Amino acid sequence: MKKKKEIKILSPCGILGYGYPKESFMNGMRMEPDAIVVDAGSTDAGPHKLGAGVAIVSRQACKKDLEPMIVEGMKRNIPLIIGSAGGSGAHVHVVWTVEIIREILKEQHMNAKVAVIWGDIDKNLIKEKMIAGKVRPLGNLVKELTVQSLTETTGVVAQMGHEPVVEALKMGAEIIICGRAYDPSPFAAVADYYGLPLEYGYHAGKILECAALCAVPGTTKDCMLGTIRGDGFLITPLSEQRKCTKLSVAAHTFYEKEHPYLLHGPGLLLDLRDCEFRQWDEHSVFVTGSRLSRQYPYAVKLEGARKVAYRSIVIAGVRDPIMIARIEEIEAAAKEQVMAYYSDLEPEQYQINFINYGINGVMGKLETSHVRPHEIGLVMEVIAQTQEIADMVCASLRSTLLHYGYEGRKSTAGNLAFPFAPSDISYGPVYEFSVYHLMEIEDPLSLFPVELISLEEDLY
Amino acid sequence: MKKSLYELASVIRSKNSGPFQITLDVLFEEEKIYETVKRSGQITRQRIAQIYQIDEQKIRELVFFDPALGFKITFDRTISSGTCFDTDVYGAQQHVPLGEIMIPV
Repeated sequence: MKKKKEIKILSPCGILGYGYPKESFMNGMRMEPDAIVVDAGSTDAGPHKLGAGVAIVSRQACKKDLEPMIVEGMKRNIPLIIGSAGGSGAHVHVVWTVEIIREILKEQHMNAKVAVIWGDIDKNLIKEKMIAGKVRPLGNLVKELTVQSLTETTGVVAQMGHEPVVEALKMGAEIIICGRAYDPSPFAAVADYYGLPLEYGYHAGKILECAALCAVPGTTKDCMLGTIRGDGFLITPLSEQRKCTKLSVAAHTFYEKEHPYLLHGPGLLLDLRDCEFRQWDEHSVFVTGSRLSRQYPYAVKLEGARKVAYRSIVIAGVRDPIMIARIEEIEAAAKEQVMAYYSDLEPEQYQINFINYGINGVMGKLETSHVRPHEIGLVMEVIAQTQEIADMVCASLRSTLLHYGYEGRKSTAGNLAFPFAPSDISYGPVYEFSVYHLMEIEDPLSLFPVELISLEEDLY
Repeated sequence: MKKSLYELASVIRSKNSGPFQITLDVLFEEEKIYETVKRSGQITRQRIAQIYQIDEQKIRELVFFDPALGFKITFDRTISSGTCFDTDVYGAQQHVPLGEIMIPV
């Protein structure tokens, strides 16, 4: 392992495919970074991406972002590491990313040593661990994992720590594509590889994975540089328009986490209680005092999604004041009429739901405002066991509500303004996170196999 | 005189902390305002449970963090992100009822 007194990591953007200014990126490259690390992952968009095996961003957006990273990174002979490839980091997402990288390398007439680190977890291993009592739900709302729910789950990934990424760096990989990773792990791996403190690697990684979000003004769509040393780390924005302040960097530790200063990661706990944030220069902040403790037994976070239903929706506007005044009552009556019509269906085969934007579409029963608006954005939704039932009931619901003769009606020609024709959208499957559990493991390295791949052969 | 938390805060936001929890962050620009809010006694588990109509034990964290001049509240969702009948997949618009808490200033 090469030891360094300090390393620089360039983080181009908060999610691979979100875009970043080329000028900021080149500013970063002029600082002679030791690695380019970009996080591609998030569970924010819900369980669908993992369940259905699709990416968060378009292929074109991902390719556009990757091109400068590959070209400039190879020119400078520094590694490029992608965390949680394709958003969810499952096999299909990794393969999707590999294909894009191959295409870029081919177009640029470049060759690179490419490694993938798989984050998929064999269901048989999970079953063994379940029997041994080494799998537990992460939160009260998470359902108990059963053999059946595991079988229904498309696939399971686990968030890797820095260990397998360090392994890939040791193998001399120039481009490393990680399956699902704890967001800061690929950053921490670079620090660890060069013999620098893991606590600063992980804390810097926690900030850098969101790129310029901790700057003022903050955004995930601009570049950030992290300089990690033995005694702390420095965070520097790469656009003239942004600054990091003591407060903006300290406040970022809050972001998307359960606790403001205690962060759980794979086999570790990061404690930022006693951190000091010092203004280094006009734009940069120096952080010291991050602490990290290894947790035993080593636990990884598992994620998996399963299909639970199918959905159809209709979007419509309501402008009539008499209807708006009694909208809930009218919707209930229309629902009842539709349910009576489909009395041959079992009640558990479908559910009808209305979302009334303008009244309580966002907050539901928690809404504190009781002002009636002049218009309502209405979403009619049918959730059903099959797409056919969802489509059928949704169409009936739409026509029933359109012509429903509520008491006191004056607008007798129709109740709804549809913005689009056709009005009904057959939405497809709905997923849920069926696996969101901690699993105790023996070896954080062997769970995430590192593989050097050929640029020619297909990845099965 | 009283002011709403929404008026006093420089950042007041909500977001998923994983698919099963919502986390609320309130950050202030001035130490004085932060201290006023912290000492007001208005930010309690009981109050949050009442606003968000959840049992108090569903509130996982309510922590003030002085270096960042802010506090964080994390509670369990009633429906997990992005599944049937969730209305806020990213959990990004759940902060307004919290902002309506009035703080004596």
